[in-house]
Amino acid sequence: MQNGNLIETFDLVKQFPIGGRKFTALRDVNMKVRRGEFLGLVGPSGSGKTTLLNIIGALDKPTSGRTVVIGMDTGKLSHKESAMLRSEYLGFIFQTYNLLPVYTVYENVEFPLLLLGMEEKKRREMVISALKWVGLDDRARSRPSTLSGGESQRVAIARAMVKRPKLVLADEPTANLDAENSFNVLDMMVRLNEELETTFVFATHDDKVIRYLRRKITLNDGRIVEDIETVPSPPGQGGE
Amino acid sequence: MIRHLMKGLLRDRHRSLFPVMIVAAGVSVSILMYCFMDGMVDDMVRSSARLDTGHLKIVTRGYNELMTQAPNDLSVRDSDAMMERLRRDYPDMEWTGRIKFGGLLDFPDENGETKAQGPTIGFAADLLGEDSKEIGRLNLESALVRGRLPSSPGEIIVSEDFIARLGVEIGETATLIGSTAYGSMAVYNFVLVGTVRFGIAPLDRNTMIADISDVRYALDMEGATSEILGYYSNMLFDAGDAAEKADAFNAAREGQESDLTPLMLTLRDQNGLGIMLDLMMMRSTIIITIFIMVMSIVLWNTGLMSGIRRYGEFGVRLAIGESKPHVYVTLIAEAVLVGLAGTAIGTAIGLSFSYFLQEVGWDVTGMLQGSSVMMSNVMRARVSFTGGIIGLIPGLAATILGASFSGANIFRRQTSQLFKELEV
Repeated sequence: MQNGNLIETFDLVKQFPIGGRKFTALRDVNMKVRRGEFLGLVGPSGSGKTTLLNIIGALDKPTSGRTVVIGMDTGKLSHKESAMLRSEYLGFIFQTYNLLPVYTVYENVEFPLLLLGMEEKKRREMVISALKWVGLDDRARSRPSTLSGGESQRVAIARAMVKRPKLVLADEPTANLDAENSFNVLDMMVRLNEELETTFVFATHDDKVIRYLRRKITLNDGRIVEDIETVPSPPGQGGE
Repeated sequence: MIRHLMKGLLRDRHRSLFPVMIVAAGVSVSILMYCFMDGMVDDMVRSSARLDTGHLKIVTRGYNELMTQAPNDLSVRDSDAMMERLRRDYPDMEWTGRIKFGGLLDFPDENGETKAQGPTIGFAADLLGEDSKEIGRLNLESALVRGRLPSSPGEIIVSEDFIARLGVEIGETATLIGSTAYGSMAVYNFVLVGTVRFGIAPLDRNTMIADISDVRYALDMEGATSEILGYYSNMLFDAGDAAEKADAFNAAREGQESDLTPLMLTLRDQNGLGIMLDLMMMRSTIIITIFIMVMSIVLWNTGLMSGIRRYGEFGVRLAIGESKPHVYVTLIAEAVLVGLAGTAIGTAIGLSFSYFLQEVGWDVTGMLQGSSVMMSNVMRARVSFTGGIIGLIPGLAATILGASFSGANIFRRQTSQLFKELEV
């Protein structure tokens, strides 16, 4: 963090055992991500996007190499320290929303704040505020099973953003959404990125997402083959 | 946080209601089975003790060798004096004499000709003594079907089924034709005053019960009894203490070679009861152990499946920032709650059914036709403290163990792997 980079990876290698052999998902990945970026890890299926995202999020450990996220070497963190990193600084958005079905929208969004031990009054304010950002404050008492795909993903965004994390990792966030919902969700993420200076890292091969990116890191067969700055062209800005 | 997790537990029926139902079912069946097996063994011991063996029994050595033939020529002589000594030496026991005998019970018509007759197995007990507890011990008042219990010398009660077969009525004269203790013919008239049914097949076939004084007179056994039975005052058989008493009693008479030397037997020494009880206990222990193990595996599996089903949820919670130890502890806490609730409900159901079976019982008269085992026709469970806590093994321990095993994978797997459990 002292050098201004939120994420740094050094010669990152990840191998998975498959049958009697080892499948290499990431090969010597080196990258740096600065605060406030809106970048995407793009590439075909099996290129290593999700694996890289999981390692950055301390959900997985590399076979070799190092990852430093917000000044912490994720390979050296204990269970508790990994949990603290995710609890305080990271937000996750998943392709399948992964809302907890037994809780209401409000309770799903409240969950990260409970882990931070926040007092109830402040918690309430932040949850309502997060639900207002995503336009779902009127659905606070609903259960996830009653929401549409777009609404579910917006709740997931509210849950990821409610604690104002420094970094949001989003794995194929629009894969289950139609075009209109996808653009709504992406517009929302851009707004949060700009208003709160939250860094967004996507793993995606969806063109709709790619149009919003300001930096694109292309992976193929576990290697970074391209790392370029791009000009966003969302539909509202002359794209469509 | 705890309130939040409790909400989740209560709302998700797959995590609360269904596991609680499975645990409750397993626990209740385990308890019912334990109480029923325990009741069967207990019933057998109590019935044998009350009606036949006592907790301790004193007979002569000669009588012991031929006990099935009721050889009253080898009875305990001067039994009243011996009972006095026994009461003094063993104040924690109650002693009483009994005579077993066989013969023909003949009912004459008004002309003195045989109207009906049949072979009878009789036993004589102290029915008329002021301090005697034999009527209660033999449970005669509740066994009485018709008429009344003997209240004067010369009165007998006979098993209801026997009397029904013979077609005679209460109040008629019954003549016992048998042999005296000295081998000569014994003929003695009684009055039938009542009929009884014990609910024990061998006794209900053709038993007659008379006061011991009448039978002593009829069989020429003045001052003698075929058996002296000893009972613990609380009516609970203590196998260890009984064996000690019998060993000490018999050791004091070692070297006496007479057939009339008294011999003390414990309940376990008689009628192969020791082996039978050991076998029954062993069998019931094996059956109950296997059953509880099977139930434990089922409930362990329930805990396991409940945990595995939630790997995806655990992955999400870990991603949000919950630590692995915290997720694990909440899983165990939920298992404790589910186990406690299921065990409490299962114990209540199991004990209720057991209590019902203890009070009402299960009538197996049809299965015991022709049986000679001194066992009640109505099988009953026995509600006990052990029966009340035995459900903790499958209910609480197995459920927690299942959750512990399934939860251990939270530590073994990479968090990212837990997500894949969710991606169907």
